[in-house]
Amino acid sequence: MRGLLVMLLLMLSAPALAQSALPPAPYADRQIDDPALEKKARTLMETIRCLTCQSQSIADSNASMAGDLRSQIRERIMAGEQPEHIRAWLIERYGDWVSYEPTAEPILWPLWAAPLLFLGLGLLIVRGRIKRRRS
Amino acid sequence: MRKLLIWLPLLLFLGFFGLFASGLLRPDDRIITSKLVGKPLPPFVLPAAASDRPPLANSELASGKPRLLNIFASWCVPCAAEAPQLMALKQAGVEIDAIAIRDARPDVDAFLKRYGNPYARIGLDARSEVQIALGSSGVPESFVIDGKGRIAYQHVGDIREDDVPMILDRLRRAQ
Repeated sequence: MRGLLVMLLLMLSAPALAQSALPPAPYADRQIDDPALEKKARTLMETIRCLTCQSQSIADSNASMAGDLRSQIRERIMAGEQPEHIRAWLIERYGDWVSYEPTAEPILWPLWAAPLLFLGLGLLIVRGRIKRRRS
Repeated sequence: MRKLLIWLPLLLFLGFFGLFASGLLRPDDRIITSKLVGKPLPPFVLPAAASDRPPLANSELASGKPRLLNIFASWCVPCAAEAPQLMALKQAGVEIDAIAIRDARPDVDAFLKRYGNPYARIGLDARSEVQIALGSSGVPESFVIDGKGRIAYQHVGDIREDDVPMILDRLRRAQ
């Protein structure tokens, strides 16, 4: 009984105030009226990493900074800016880290080459098997 | 050839094991530094965040003398913890300006009344826009700005007591 009471009290405890009390920015949680533009913004937001949570995209995060960035992205898309331009602007400030989209930097070449390598390897194995069966 | 090939899975396993072990044992580094260090401050003009301090624009930071730009917020607990260190820096003759993130004037006033006010100017960045333009990823952060308005150094997190001499040294070197 006592344990249950403690558990109930724990469930009631208030979360620590770790974020701003200000209301979210206008377009943090509001979609753009034009669905085509919203889709553009959404696609970009899903590949921008949240700076506070670090393993979430800003589209998934409740952090206030992620909300501010979502609002900023929507407003810039509405003003006619291209998503890739906004991505480049963010990379200029936070480095490749901020984008989930793989780039063509030399360090990622093995990543791009891996599928081709494995396909080549597979073809070689298949060829070997076919040859063996025929002989 | 076939005999050697038998060892391949074990080798692969050991390779991956080593890779994961080294990744797991390496200390977690979650500090995201701004790529703008060494570059000029982005342009910004902010309204005043406190009743008794003037507002802040980037042009005012290129004053011919190194300054400290502190990113803080009244709702941020480590910001209160670094207040005595900022006071010490001010007493050492450092000019400190600040940007208050996602804040409101009454809250900033109350925060400064409680923890002291080491700032010359305070700009209000209600929607984190300047914070993002600076490549800053949280509060508190401090930027050493050289006389020409370039970012010379970024300190992520609160300034601890033993960081003060290092910050003073960075300011001297930004001359």
